[in-house]
Amino acid sequence: MTEERLTRRLVIRLCVVVVAMFGFGFALVPIYDVMCQAFGINGKTAGVYEGQQAVDEQRQVRVQFLATNAADMVWEFGPQADEVVVHPGDSTQMLFVAYNPTDKPMTAQAIPSVAPSKAAAYFHKTECFCFTQQVLQPGERIEMPVRFIVDRDLPADVRHLTLAYTLFDVTARKPPVAQVTLTRAAP
Amino acid sequence: MSAVIDHGHAGHDHHHGPAKGLMRWVLTTNHKDIGTMYLWFSFAMFLLGGSMAMVIRAELFQPGLQIVQPEFFNQMTTMHGLIMVFGAVMPAFVGLANWMIPLMIGAPDMALPRMNNFSFWLLPAAFSMLVSTLFMEGGGPNFGWTFYAPLSTTYAPESVTFFIFAIHLMGFSSIMGAINVVATILNLRAPGMTLMKMPLFVWTWLITAFLLIAVMPVLAGVVTMMLMDIHFGTSFFSAAGGGDPVLFQHVFWFFGHPEVYIMILPAFGAVSAIIPAFARKPLFGYTSMVYATASIAFLSFIVWAHHMFTVGIPLTGELFFMYATLLIAVPTGVKVFNWASTMWRGSMTFETPMLFAVAFVILFTIGGFSGLMLAIAPADFQYHDTYFVVAHFHYVLVPGAIFGIFASAYFWLPKWTGHMYDETLGKLHFWMSFIGMNMAFFPMHFVGLAGMPRRIPDYNMMFANFNMVSSIGAFMFGATQLLFLFIVIKCIRGGKAAPAKPWDGAEGLEWTIPSPAPYHTFQTPPDMSDEHEHRKGLAHD
Amino acid sequence: MGFLLWLVFSSAYASWGVNMTPGATEVSRTVFDLHMTIFWICVVIGVIVFGAMFWSMLVHRRSTGQQPAHFHESTTVEILWTVVPLVILVLMAIPATKTLIEIYDSSESELDIQITGYQWKWHYKYLGEDVEFFSNLTTPKDQINNKATKGEHYLLEVDEPLVVPVGTKVRFLITAADVIHSWWVPALAVKKDAIPGFINESWTRIDEPGLYRGQCTELCGKDHGFMPIVVEAKSKEDYAVWLAERKQLAMAEKELTSKEWTLDELMVRGEKAYNTACVACHQASGEGLPPMFPSLKGSAIATGPAAGHIGIVVNGKPGTSMAAFGKQLSEVDIAAIITYERNAWGNAVGDMVTPKDILAFKQAQE
Repeated sequence: MTEERLTRRLVIRLCVVVVAMFGFGFALVPIYDVMCQAFGINGKTAGVYEGQQAVDEQRQVRVQFLATNAADMVWEFGPQADEVVVHPGDSTQMLFVAYNPTDKPMTAQAIPSVAPSKAAAYFHKTECFCFTQQVLQPGERIEMPVRFIVDRDLPADVRHLTLAYTLFDVTARKPPVAQVTLTRAAP
Repeated sequence: MSAVIDHGHAGHDHHHGPAKGLMRWVLTTNHKDIGTMYLWFSFAMFLLGGSMAMVIRAELFQPGLQIVQPEFFNQMTTMHGLIMVFGAVMPAFVGLANWMIPLMIGAPDMALPRMNNFSFWLLPAAFSMLVSTLFMEGGGPNFGWTFYAPLSTTYAPESVTFFIFAIHLMGFSSIMGAINVVATILNLRAPGMTLMKMPLFVWTWLITAFLLIAVMPVLAGVVTMMLMDIHFGTSFFSAAGGGDPVLFQHVFWFFGHPEVYIMILPAFGAVSAIIPAFARKPLFGYTSMVYATASIAFLSFIVWAHHMFTVGIPLTGELFFMYATLLIAVPTGVKVFNWASTMWRGSMTFETPMLFAVAFVILFTIGGFSGLMLAIAPADFQYHDTYFVVAHFHYVLVPGAIFGIFASAYFWLPKWTGHMYDETLGKLHFWMSFIGMNMAFFPMHFVGLAGMPRRIPDYNMMFANFNMVSSIGAFMFGATQLLFLFIVIKCIRGGKAAPAKPWDGAEGLEWTIPSPAPYHTFQTPPDMSDEHEHRKGLAHD
Repeated sequence: MGFLLWLVFSSAYASWGVNMTPGATEVSRTVFDLHMTIFWICVVIGVIVFGAMFWSMLVHRRSTGQQPAHFHESTTVEILWTVVPLVILVLMAIPATKTLIEIYDSSESELDIQITGYQWKWHYKYLGEDVEFFSNLTTPKDQINNKATKGEHYLLEVDEPLVVPVGTKVRFLITAADVIHSWWVPALAVKKDAIPGFINESWTRIDEPGLYRGQCTELCGKDHGFMPIVVEAKSKEDYAVWLAERKQLAMAEKELTSKEWTLDELMVRGEKAYNTACVACHQASGEGLPPMFPSLKGSAIATGPAAGHIGIVVNGKPGTSMAAFGKQLSEVDIAAIITYERNAWGNAVGDMVTPKDILAFKQAQE
């Protein structure tokens, strides 16, 4: 084969590699998500949990609740209690209070994070205000529930875990046009 | 193995000389011209990035804010890093590749000469765009050369979009250059030059080119994701939208770690040519050197998170990255031992290229030692984001990459220009660079260990003494590069006529052609048969 | 120049120290030991290799008549200098692994503190105790701008240190409210990145009472170098006293909110609070750094209706760097700052905004 043909063939192959690596860079995004969820690393919790477990009465786990506002987020936001003690397998609920003190409707997104990160895979939320954006009218105050189960298979050396939420103002991205159904606490 | 080279116009020896005037440079497809342009461009960028370093060191000369405000200081540190990495070091090595690879393998030019031209001219465009951001409203990039999100996305100045475009252009240039290098090395070697007979400089560039092809697209990906987060409402790196700032770091460093090997491997190759020449002894362990370089390149893909030890990676991940990083010390050590063994029982003289090459081995190794310390993850918690890290990477980059480039320049200037450079001035440049560099960067180990963080314009009194020493050293180092400029210009304009092989211990095809190298060389491939091999000194038995 | 050198080098605070210090905890001492071990390994290897090279450069020269040898490979030697370093590295990895596992174990803590990084200050919250506060740099601008002599703890001093008891496992839950920051105290060997939206854990157990100083170690914007950390370790008894005092203070602040303030009192408190919370962006002169940080001097908001002025300070301006200070400062401080801004720099509006006004504003939004 002539030098030109060989070179052209090689260059085409190398270009394919370039395009593939560009794609790989983007593929790292879902790969990262999948790895984090599969191994429960990075403190990211999964979506809605649909399972059920038998309660482990012999074991107790302390679950601590943290609430932080992003720097430009004006709402009041916090858990009703700082901490609960639960049995693995048992479904527990905690209410978070949110209040919009401004004179405009606003949309917020709560982002959860669990510590230690190895506990995240064992922390299941059956219901959470973090699954959707929350819209509050001016002056509106609500109680938002998170209902969770700590997995029975939580590593034995984890006796204490922390669920932290960061509240972000996403009004600019998601203007509160329509009334969004708010998840309200069961009476 | 090389392909049969079919020169359709082998009998055509009616050559035009180079075109006249400015258009020669705009339109040239000649690897020597393009190499020259890359080298001059990189030198200009080196002086520009160096000026920014002077501003930084002037501000850090004493505690307190004297010269610039923190906002501008952050732009200086960011631009200094970007310009040195993408504008000085990388183009310099591409320039050396362009000039020397065809000569070393007996090829008439690069495989894709017109793409070669385009690759070069993208750079002045990219860097004009990048430097212009300093004059835009809100200032230039101020988030560090590693541009972590969300500081570089949600909180970035307006100019960030131009920063992103400039990176795209530079990346495109690097990728095309790398493709050209691979195609040239794999397909254009003179018959008889098998892969294991290639000079090590060619090997290291081949491996570097593969690294570039693999990771520059990932950089392009990460800045595109930034662009999308900033302008198109995506949330790759924004927690509010379900994204993750740490994802940025993973993708960036997946590019970033191989990038630092891209910045050193060609220097390894150059030094592997220079030390044997001045020791008058063949390179020790050629085969090991090839395998060691390949191992380093391979390992460079699996260590990226050692830049992220404090980010909160799970224990297993942290341990893996610590072990993999420690492992890289092994092939790197092999190379250092091989260079030392090349010197051992040689018959050495210490002309300027050899001075830079030996200083490279010693000082790069010191940088390697601090790198080894950084690899110990629990200890890294005390080093990370302090001046200890700044000391480490400046030791591997300045007496590493930069001295490698200086050594190469002095080594090959006679070939490029036809004149010997002024040896006394060359030695002066070396000693001033050596002293200035050590004075600038060695104290940084101390202030880092004492607790001084990176990227700060002002600091507590306890760091003052060493910072002042460091600034003085930096000024000295900076000033002496103007001497280098003078030496280069003086050499181009005249000097003792250089023979084809000015260094009696040198080996390689580039020394079989006249000095200065004719505009077109190896239009017919050189004879690589056995009886010639020993004369060319290319046998490795 | 010589005078300058003498000035600096003779400063009581300038130091020639060349090493990390062992620190104040068992973990920090272990980390120091790891550091020294790897350091000495490097020194020994360096001495051997560089020694050989220097010897070679002196002896194996053409000028001394040395003829070059011809050897250029040896498989034995290559294997040796691959295997021996590998073994050394494995030996180094073992204690490093052990220490890392220890550092990663933040379980069974006795006190939990949430640390949140902001541009450009830290926020500390004692979980379960209802005590929380911001911690700001207190070094005066005059020192930074070289108009006053720099103090011993220049750039390493804060208004509210993080107070912890000695001999207690304290767990830190670290996050950030805007960009990535990093919390580092060298004496504790604790460094952890503060990432917005995510929580990171770390822990310490301090042996001796004392003050331990650190800095932010992740570039976070213009004042990255100006958000230090001070940890004050007290004996358990002193800590208990401090905690009780803090809770008292919180109650007292509440009372201050209902007290009757004069314009002068508000101006004094306002200038102080302004210089802590607002000066980084809006500058001591009130002139700001337009366009990023608007001027307050002569501004429409600062000289206009009080309601608008209160609104922007309490609620911030989304999409800009102006944070919602209603969440960060007490009603007293907000009222004082607003009063100060309305009357300083020639603004001279003449009115005053009281803590009760702020409280009313917040409640009116309900």
